[in-house]
Formats: sequence, structure tokens, C-alpha cells
Amino acid sequence: MSPTYYLYLSAILFTIGSLGVLLRRNAIVVFMCVELMLNAANLALVTFSRINGDLNGQIIAFFVMVVAAAEVVVGLAIIISVYRTRRSASVDDASLLKY
Amino acid sequence: MTLTASSGVFSATWLLVAIPLFSAAILLISGRRADKWGHYLGVAAPLASFVLGVVLFFSLIGKHADGRHIDNHLFSWVPVAGFRANANFLIDPLSICFVLLITGVGSLIHVYSVGYMAHDPGRRRFFAYLNLFVASMLLLVLGDNFVALYFGWEGVGVASYLLIGFWSHKPSAATAAKKAFVVNRVGDFGLSIAIMVMFATFGSFSFVDVAAGSKTASTATMTSLGLLLLLGACGKSAQIPLQSWLGDAMEGPTPVSALIHAATMVTAGVYLIARSNFIFDVAPNARLAVAIVGTATLVFGAIVGCAKDDIKKALAASTMSQIGYMMLAVGLGPAGYAFGIAHLLTHGFFKAGLFLGAGSVMHGMNDEVDMRKYGGLRKFMPATFITFGLGYLAIIGFPGLAGWFTKDAIIEAAFHKGGTSGAIFGGCALAAAGLTAFYMTRVMVMTFFGDKRWAEGTHPHESPRTMTVPMWILAIGSVGGGYVLILSGRLAKFLAAAVPKPDDLAFKPIGVIGLATAGVVLLGVAGAWFMYARRPVPAIAPVGSPLTVAARRDLLGDAFNESVFMRPGQYLTRLLVFFDNRGVDGFVNGFAAFVGGTSSRFRRFQSGFVRSYALSMFGGVVVILAALLLVKG
Repeated sequence: MSPTYYLYLSAILFTIGSLGVLLRRNAIVVFMCVELMLNAANLALVTFSRINGDLNGQIIAFFVMVVAAAEVVVGLAIIISVYRTRRSASVDDASLLKY
Repeated sequence: MTLTASSGVFSATWLLVAIPLFSAAILLISGRRADKWGHYLGVAAPLASFVLGVVLFFSLIGKHADGRHIDNHLFSWVPVAGFRANANFLIDPLSICFVLLITGVGSLIHVYSVGYMAHDPGRRRFFAYLNLFVASMLLLVLGDNFVALYFGWEGVGVASYLLIGFWSHKPSAATAAKKAFVVNRVGDFGLSIAIMVMFATFGSFSFVDVAAGSKTASTATMTSLGLLLLLGACGKSAQIPLQSWLGDAMEGPTPVSALIHAATMVTAGVYLIARSNFIFDVAPNARLAVAIVGTATLVFGAIVGCAKDDIKKALAASTMSQIGYMMLAVGLGPAGYAFGIAHLLTHGFFKAGLFLGAGSVMHGMNDEVDMRKYGGLRKFMPATFITFGLGYLAIIGFPGLAGWFTKDAIIEAAFHKGGTSGAIFGGCALAAAGLTAFYMTRVMVMTFFGDKRWAEGTHPHESPRTMTVPMWILAIGSVGGGYVLILSGRLAKFLAAAVPKPDDLAFKPIGVIGLATAGVVLLGVAGAWFMYARRPVPAIAPVGSPLTVAARRDLLGDAFNESVFMRPGQYLTRLLVFFDNRGVDGFVNGFAAFVGGTSSRFRRFQSGFVRSYALSMFGGVVVILAALLLVKG
């Protein structure tokens, strides 16, 4: 099976993720979509690693996973704390930091 | 000229300047504690300088004529690469004459001031300023380079400013001081540029180097140098076109008018021209300009003097006119230098005497200066009358007195120049001699003769001994000065080492020109006698002819300055302020407003909505990727 299909899958997942980030209001869903984009990127990295026949892409994918795990911890903490103060998880409600 | 390094008594030359300077510092620093004894110190300082000056004078004439330029090196003042200004003092025949005049007449006027300022609470400060003046003036004449001269030149300017405005509580005095300072700045500007030109051309300021360099420099440079020096001289010596400050300077106390604005400081311009004779030797056009300025001023001052009712302003106009004579003399070149300096010295005596006499009259008349309120004072102030009278005879050129020797010599030298210019210079000088006789007789008659026209409650009395003794001494100088200086060309021979001497030194008292001068003088005296002695003097000045009206207003000198310089200057500054506010500020403020407005519009992008930020990031990434793909092709 040609590895190119994995790349198509990766592109589809990334598009879904980015549309989710742009269109959804719920902070948790937006967050999940970000994760989706990260994993789409991981998939692309691993695929390229396979195509090129070296391990660089796989190593970078590990790095991405580590960063994503750390980011989840911080991000969820922020979302929960925003929810506690504002009783809302909508990203459009938290718009005080502006001109 | 070649300089000899100082030795023996000449090593103390710097003390001439240092003593009065030190005394001024003490008087200013010690404050009220010195009020009791301050004036004694103030008198002692110039007197000490005078004694030292006399010693130096006799040591100098004891030397051979070739060795009479003695340079007292004190320290290297500004040693920067090629720029060398040294604190050197030069004693030569020219400077020693000035030293004796400044310290001699200066000491007498200091003594006089003790009496004149006895009731003034600021007497100590007054003496401090006078000493500062004496020190600066000595520095001016003793410096062996133009920078040291300039230093003294500015010093006397400051002292003059402080002393004209001594009674600064009077607005008129404060204004007069400022006016004198500002007008002098115009002249100083010329002198400072002249010094810069010297440095650019010769790489040095010392008289010796400039004299050596001027023989090879281009005529254009030397002419511009001469004209710049003339501008400086015009400012300090109140010559046309910078004459307007001298009349107002009479707001200062009378001893100041006598010392600074008659005997010494105002003659600094003549000194400058005489000292720079090597420049004018190679710049005949500049020399002609000096003579023209002198001639114009001597006529101008004489006309103004005829119309003034204020005794001090009449004398100030006379000073202007007499300095005009000196300028004419030094503008004639070698034929006139010695006579100009001689007139300067005798003028120092008789004009200082006249001013001190005027001060004595004012002292007895409750500080009244209007001559229309004087009259018949000769019985009440005999000493003042006799000394003033001797000064009067000297200035009008009464045969045998100082002015006769020196002024006639200048008139003759002017006629001897030959040609049309000689005839014009000589004719003007001759006519002004008649005017001099007229206005001085007018002053004399209105003050000491005729009816008493005093204000109520005036009790004229003779002044104290401290004031009359200096007046007597100056009167003796006015009588005898001419014999000493002119007969057998004594001064000219003595000065020959410093300034070129005339070819013909013989004094010719009875010649056509001498007789003509005597006739014109007689005419002037008679005219004034008939106008002011035979007829009662009205208490309020009659309207008079348009010329009289103009002369009372200094021949519209101030009006000219106001309409030509001051008003356009004001308009210019207003225009500049307008341009600054609207043009420069407008541009700067407008630009800032533009930037501010634009950024406040851009600020709207910071909406606070996280998703719109995400969209712009997404769009940005898309744009960058598209661009990369496009470039890679």
C-alpha cells in the first residue's frame, strides 16, 4: 500500500482540526481540535520517515507528543480556572484582553 | 619690531593688571564688612599701579630706542596644537603711554569718587567695579597679542555695563547699560572675526607675527581685516555707525563718565587702530575708511553737542566728536598716529576734568543736569569754575593750552594729506573746531554765567577737597600737556618705535591753517556768547530749527536704528516665531497625529476574540506557504 494515503489522511485530519479551532466556541472542543492537528502532523512526520527510510521523523513525533502532553496539562488547567470564574467555557466570552 | 624678554623691573609688568584685579576681587568678596575701608583699598590699587607704571616708564626711556619692546611672559594661556595664546604683557612706548593715562587719570578719578559717592550705600561695590575696569583696560593695552587684547576689550565692556547700570533701580540706567552692551557687541563681533581671520591667515595672533605676515598677505585679506578692526573700534569708541550708546551711557555716575566714557575706554578703538598700524599700512582703503568714519563722527558729535541741554550729554557728544578727531588722525597714516595719540592723551586730561567739573556742579545742585536750570555759578563754585574753565579753554584750542597743540596738529595733518580727500577731511575738522568752540562756550556760559535759573531749594556749594584736588591736577594737565607732548615732536619720537612717525615733526603754530582755526574758533565763541550770554536763557528750550530738533534727538541716530534694525528685526522674529509655531511645530505635531490616528485604527484588530486571532494566523500561514510554493515554482 502506498504511504501517500497516510498523507491524505493526515491532511484530512488537519483540515478537520483547523476548522474545529476556527468554528467551534467551546474551549474544550477547540482544545481537542488542536490535539487533532498535532496528531495529524505526527502522522505526516511518521509517514515521511517511512518514505525517506530514516528515523528523524519518528523522533520528532516523539518530541511533539511530549510537548502536546505538557500543553494539555497547562491548557486544561487554564480552561478549568476560566470556567470557575466565568461559569462558561465559551472562547468568545473570554474577550476582555483587547484594545 | 623685535621683542626683548623682560628682566629686572619689567618682570613685574603683570602686577600692573594684577593689583587692581586683586583689589576688585577683595572688595567684591568681602561684602559689607569692607564698607568702612573699601574705598581706601579701591584708591590704593590704581595708585600702586600708577607708581609701578611711572617706574616702568623711566626704566623704558633709560633703554636704547631699539630695545623698547619688552615682553613679560607670564604663562601659556591656551596651548592647543597650533593655537597659541599666551598671557604675555608687552611694554613698549605706545602701551606705556596708555598705562600712565589709565592709572594716572584713573587714580585721580578714584580719589574724586571717594567724595562724589560718599553718600551712596553702594560705594564699595562702585570701587570694585572701577578697579575691575582699570585692570581690564590695562590688560587691553598691555596684551602682546590680539586675544589678550580681546580679553581686556570684553572686560572693559563688562565693567562699563556694570557701571552705567550702577543705579540699576532707575529703569533709564538699566536700559542704557543694556543698550551700551548690545551696541558694543556689534563691534566686538567685528573684532572677533578679525582675530579669526588672523589665525586663518597667519596662524598666530601676536602683534609681531601678524606684523611680519601682513607684508606678504593679499590686499583683499588685509582690507577686510582692517575694516573688521574698524568695526570693532567703532563699537568701543562710539563712532558712526555705532555711536548711539554713548549719550545714554551718561546715566552712570559722573566719575564713570569721566573715566570710562571720556578718558580711557572709548579711546580703546583709537588704540586698536594705532596698534594695528602694520595692517593699515598695506590696506589703504581700510585706512581711508577709518579717516572717513572719524570725519563723519567729529562733525556729527559737534552738531549734537550744540543742541543738548543736559550738561553730561553735551560733554558726551563732545567726547564723540573729539574721538572722531583721533580716528581721523590715525586714519591719516604715519602723518597722524602720533598726533592722534597726543590728542588722546590731552583729551584724557581735559575731558576727564570737564566731566569731573560737571559732576561737581551736579553735586552742588541736587543732581540737576539741565543747564537751563544752572546759571551764575561762578561765584558759588570758584574752584570748579576755574578748573572747568581751563578744561574749556583747552578743548576749544585756546593758544598755548593742550587742545591747541594737539587738535591743530590733526587739522594740519589732514590738510597736508593733499588732494580732494585731504581738503574734505581738513575742512570738516576745521569747521567742527568752530562748532566745538560754540557748544563748549554754550555749556560754559549757561552753567557759570548769566542769571540764576535754579530750581527752588537749591543751595549750590563748592565740593569737598577730595573732589577739587583731582580737578586741579587735571586742569594743570590740560594746560601743560600740549607743551610736553608736541613741542619738538617729543611724543612722536618716543612713539616711533611702536607706530610710524610723521616726516615733518616741526610744530608750526602760526600758519595759514593755524590762523584759520583760530578765526573759526573765535567765531564759534562769539556766536555762543551772543546767543546765550547777551540774551536770557529760556527755562524751557525753544522749538528751534529742524536741525536743532534733530540734533536734540542725536540727529535721529536712534530713530534710524529703530526703523532700520529694530523694527525689521522684530518683524523677522515674529515671522520666525510664526514659522516655528505653524511650520515646524505644525509638521511635527501633524506627523505625530497621523501616526497616532493610524495606530488607533490598527488597534481595532486586537478584538480579544481568540478565534479571529487563530483565523489571522491561519491566513498568514496560508499566505506564507503560497509565497514559498510560488518562489520554488
